[in-house]
Amino acid sequence: MGLLSKKDAKLITDPLADNNPITIQVLGICSALAITAQLNASIVMAISVMFVLAMGNVVISLLRNVIPSKIRIIVQLVIAAALVIIVDQILKAFAYELSKQLSVFVGLIITNCIIMGRFEAFALANGPWRSFLDGIGNSAGYGIILVIVAFFRELLGSGTLLGYKVLGDSIEKTGVYAFGYENNGFMLLAPMALITIGIIIWVQRARNIALIEHN
Amino acid sequence: MAKNTDSNVYTVLFASGMVLIVGALLAFVASSLKEKITENKRIEKQQNILYALGINENDETSVEFVSKNIVGAEFSKYITKQLVITGTEAVEDANAYLIDIKKEAEEAKNPNYKRRLPLFVGEKDGVTLYIVPVRGKGLWDAIWGYVALDNQLVVQGVYFDHQGETPGLGTNIKERFFMDDFKGEHILDGDTFKGISTSKGNADPKNLDKIDFEVDAIAGATITGDGLSAMLKKDLKMYVPYLKTLNQ
Repeated sequence: MGLLSKKDAKLITDPLADNNPITIQVLGICSALAITAQLNASIVMAISVMFVLAMGNVVISLLRNVIPSKIRIIVQLVIAAALVIIVDQILKAFAYELSKQLSVFVGLIITNCIIMGRFEAFALANGPWRSFLDGIGNSAGYGIILVIVAFFRELLGSGTLLGYKVLGDSIEKTGVYAFGYENNGFMLLAPMALITIGIIIWVQRARNIALIEHN
Repeated sequence: MAKNTDSNVYTVLFASGMVLIVGALLAFVASSLKEKITENKRIEKQQNILYALGINENDETSVEFVSKNIVGAEFSKYITKQLVITGTEAVEDANAYLIDIKKEAEEAKNPNYKRRLPLFVGEKDGVTLYIVPVRGKGLWDAIWGYVALDNQLVVQGVYFDHQGETPGLGTNIKERFFMDDFKGEHILDGDTFKGISTSKGNADPKNLDKIDFEVDAIAGATITGDGLSAMLKKDLKMYVPYLKTLNQ
């Protein structure tokens, strides 16, 4: 990569796979369960988290030398909360139906462990550019899992992708439904998101033995 | 020279400064987007009212409103009259649906205030339905909805929504399996108003008995359900005197 040094590029690529916030660090699971029944909701969620995390990381990083250490967690919370409120308002103004679908989960980005974790562990100790890359990397790692889970849940649960009926019409019995295929309603329930994430973790560790912890 | 970021004075100053800046920023964002958000809410209200009337794009299990682009036209097509009721008098008002129910309920605490009750008259397949807006409290926050009644005061359709009920539990009040149960339920026992309650163990899980003033409650959403029952009792009751005059 010409644009990024090797070390900087790692900030983006690491959380995508070998240090993925969801599958390796098991953070941000609750929203991954809740909003992955539909692909478009998870894409919006991923973008929202990316905005909050990248911006927040930059702001925290710029302020890292002036933030009083006694109240640094409060400062981080205020910055995360402010960014989340901005995202919430923008969604309400420009994507109202999606914001209804995401309901409380936009507000709950504040409590997404990935956000506070990166603020505390990375942005407070690194410069703004690297913090920005770290934010993009981690939220992309979070987003990619969300999208993978949502892809399977929407496809197998509703037979649609982004709302398009890719498998045919389940009522008129066209496409694969003509052969007796049925949607699996289980996929729309939260436990199946956990199982899907479990399968992703399994596949990932099977491919990369180094990720398995030895006791 | 490194600043002493540990001193109390600095901490307090930093906190105050931060609050001021963040507060100003959020106020700016909120006020500049306010118009768009209000417009979205207005469209949603029209969609909700039409939904209760039975004008929607539902398939087997989904809850789909008429699309944003046509909702205005559909609304003026199906909603034939909008009334504002004060006491037993009803006055037509083409913007009755914009009345803020929450505000009216608050004003009504003053005994001298004459509460304005909006009522929407819609017509679908030749049947005239009266759509009553309701609003109450769920477990965490406000819940509200629209109830479509025919002139015998039998429910023909409902729509419920909420501000922030528990996902997977209280949020089920806006799912089909719950809302569809209300269709055909009576709210009057002869001449007395009964309302509709959510109930557990009512020995009628298929909801075949439509004159029992009960629908099956949602498991794990007791408080939301109780709030919904109370909301229906309290708000529908205010309309009963007027609605009863329709049959005479």
